Amino acid sequence: MRLTRTLDDQMIALWKQGRGVGGTFNQRGHEAISVGTGAALAPDDVATPLHRDLGCYLIRGMTPRRIVANQLGRAAGVTGGRDANLHGCGDLTLGIVGFISHIPQSVSTALGVAMSFAYRNEPRVAMTYIGDGGTTAGLFHEVLNMAAVHRAPLVVVVENNQYAYSTPLHQQMAGQNIAPRSEALGVPAEVVDGNDVDAVHTAAAAAVERVRSGGGPRLLEARTMRMLGHAIHDGAEYVPSGLLEKWKKRDPVVLYERKLLDEGIVDQAYLDESARRCREITEDAVAFAESSEWPDPAAVEEGVFAP
Amino acid sequence: MKRSPAGTGENFGFSDAPSATATAAGGGSEAVMTYLEAISDALRTEMRRDPDVLVMGEDIAGSFGGAFKVTKGFEEEFGARRVINTPMCEQGFVGAANGMALMGLRPVVEMQFADFISTGFDAIVQYAAPNHYRWGAPVPWVIRAPSDGGIRSGPFHSQNPEAWFVHTPGLKVVAPSTPADAKGLLISAIRDDNPVIYFEAKPLYRSIRGEVPSGEHTTPIGKASIVREGTELTVVTYGSIVHQSLAAADRLAGEVSVEIVDLRTLKPLDTGTVLASVRKTGRAVVVHAANRLAGVGAEIAALLAEEAFEYLDAPVARLGGLDTPVPFSPPLEDAYRPDQAKITEAIRRTARF
Ligand SMILES: Cc1ncc(C[n+]2csc(CCOP(=O)(O)OP(=O)(O)O)c2C)c(N)n1
Ligand SMILES: [Mg+2]
Repeated sequence: MRLTRTLDDQMIALWKQGRGVGGTFNQRGHEAISVGTGAALAPDDVATPLHRDLGCYLIRGMTPRRIVANQLGRAAGVTGGRDANLHGCGDLTLGIVGFISHIPQSVSTALGVAMSFAYRNEPRVAMTYIGDGGTTAGLFHEVLNMAAVHRAPLVVVVENNQYAYSTPLHQQMAGQNIAPRSEALGVPAEVVDGNDVDAVHTAAAAAVERVRSGGGPRLLEARTMRMLGHAIHDGAEYVPSGLLEKWKKRDPVVLYERKLLDEGIVDQAYLDESARRCREITEDAVAFAESSEWPDPAAVEEGVFAP
Repeated sequence: MKRSPAGTGENFGFSDAPSATATAAGGGSEAVMTYLEAISDALRTEMRRDPDVLVMGEDIAGSFGGAFKVTKGFEEEFGARRVINTPMCEQGFVGAANGMALMGLRPVVEMQFADFISTGFDAIVQYAAPNHYRWGAPVPWVIRAPSDGGIRSGPFHSQNPEAWFVHTPGLKVVAPSTPADAKGLLISAIRDDNPVIYFEAKPLYRSIRGEVPSGEHTTPIGKASIVREGTELTVVTYGSIVHQSLAAADRLAGEVSVEIVDLRTLKPLDTGTVLASVRKTGRAVVVHAANRLAGVGAEIAALLAEEAFEYLDAPVARLGGLDTPVPFSPPLEDAYRPDQAKITEAIRRTARF
């Protein structure tokens, strides 16, 4: 979580200094969800993380060097300069499927991944991510319905951060929760505190376990607050400041570190050292990316088709 | 290959029961099949050969076997696991095919009608098509799209939407006109590591029969075929219109010597075969059932203007559907569609220019 936060802060700093390329998404408020769920998967499982799931990419082994190089459009980036920020950062050797902008497409792709596991009788699980906004699209409902019919080994993580870009939840849907909709479509659902990484991880691990043992798909709705704008360009002036102040007291990274201290699991020196390591890793990634080659324009037409 | 007599009022066997399925004998032999039987035969051949191949779509399983019966008997042979009935949700199940294909399966998705492919558009043009370019993972599915009209099925069961997909980088698009190519191109499409849209022409399902090689017969993707040789004019076409063009050329025998290029693959286009033929004959008529405006024919005409200009003795003639929805009523649909008479007229006009 600390690495996710540090890398995210580093990206924000880069963009503010005009060293970014294109845009970049903000992660703040989502660290416990992406890390807690990602950590519940086995190496053989497959995840389809989105634009606020930096923690999931990291925990599945995508290196900060490749991620930052992708953010900066370099040849060494995951997509070699073909796609922007975290878009398309797929690597099947790490069990990560790249996403496209058209948000609910990741859930249907994950359904197919899950169905392929069932088809081959493999005890593997697909985990997909979607925001509150994404759940209002028809495709989300198609997928839950079909996953239930096929009892697909699929875990759907809904990151309910109360906003879809500038649109608050009450303008997106009647009601505050996605879980009842999931239940109605035949996919058992649980609501969890998305700022408590232990709670997220426990619920995700239980869902993964049930799904893996043939219990059919599950949905986990993690409630949180998007603490910064939709992306770097967005000041999010439309969010009432009282709301942010309320949630700031529940910063997932701070909460967890305090808990580790309170329970005597680690001491302050450990946390300081881990923060220092995270800074070192992200600085190395930025230095690597900024000094690495741009993609070769002579190769712009290569790879449209698989050979 | 035998063609049914041309004519538009014919019932093309839209809801007939299929005739007895030809059995695939040992290598090297052939069997006479309808276009529809050839499609079934290709699917069956590949499913027997490769356990990663599965079929999915609406109403395709059980004894029903699909709206056109292409997969009749499949569940019995291959089991429900490999013959998957889906709910009526094209975005959902094409999206699922994306995920399956990423994991190395080779799903063959049946659209009940090509017209409904628009419902799954994002999963095709946004997800599958650019995937290999973006992050290097192949998406080896096939979508079978029963397309084309002339059979009085109205605006939503008669469309030829191939141009949308030809315009999309990363997709391959094929459109066979004969039973042998229907089988050969489907097998090639299944084995191809890219997403392939396979347009099958509904009016040909049971109206044409032809020799089809048994077993693992493939037709290369990206290769056109000269289905009739001639010296004075080239007709470039594909799909059901190949047969209307052949009939027109037969009618003009002795008057104009017509060569016919059946494109077979619309993307990637076999520009070499088209250019060689037109450079030889010096005249070209481009014709397809899809509407003309910004259709595949426009690309062919542009290709000829760019790369065969000095060989041309007449302007390239272009025939296609009108820029309207496909109308239902027979006189309206006949006015909409290119047919043998319109092709004959265009050939004469171009030959006399
Ligand atoms: C189909 C589609 N329409 C519009 C957009 C533009 N867009 C990008 S993110 C977004 C809001 C998404 O909100 P949500 O699903 O709640 O995810 P969050 O960004 O809050 O994590 C929109 C409208 C899109 N990506 N996809
Ligand atoms: Mg949201």
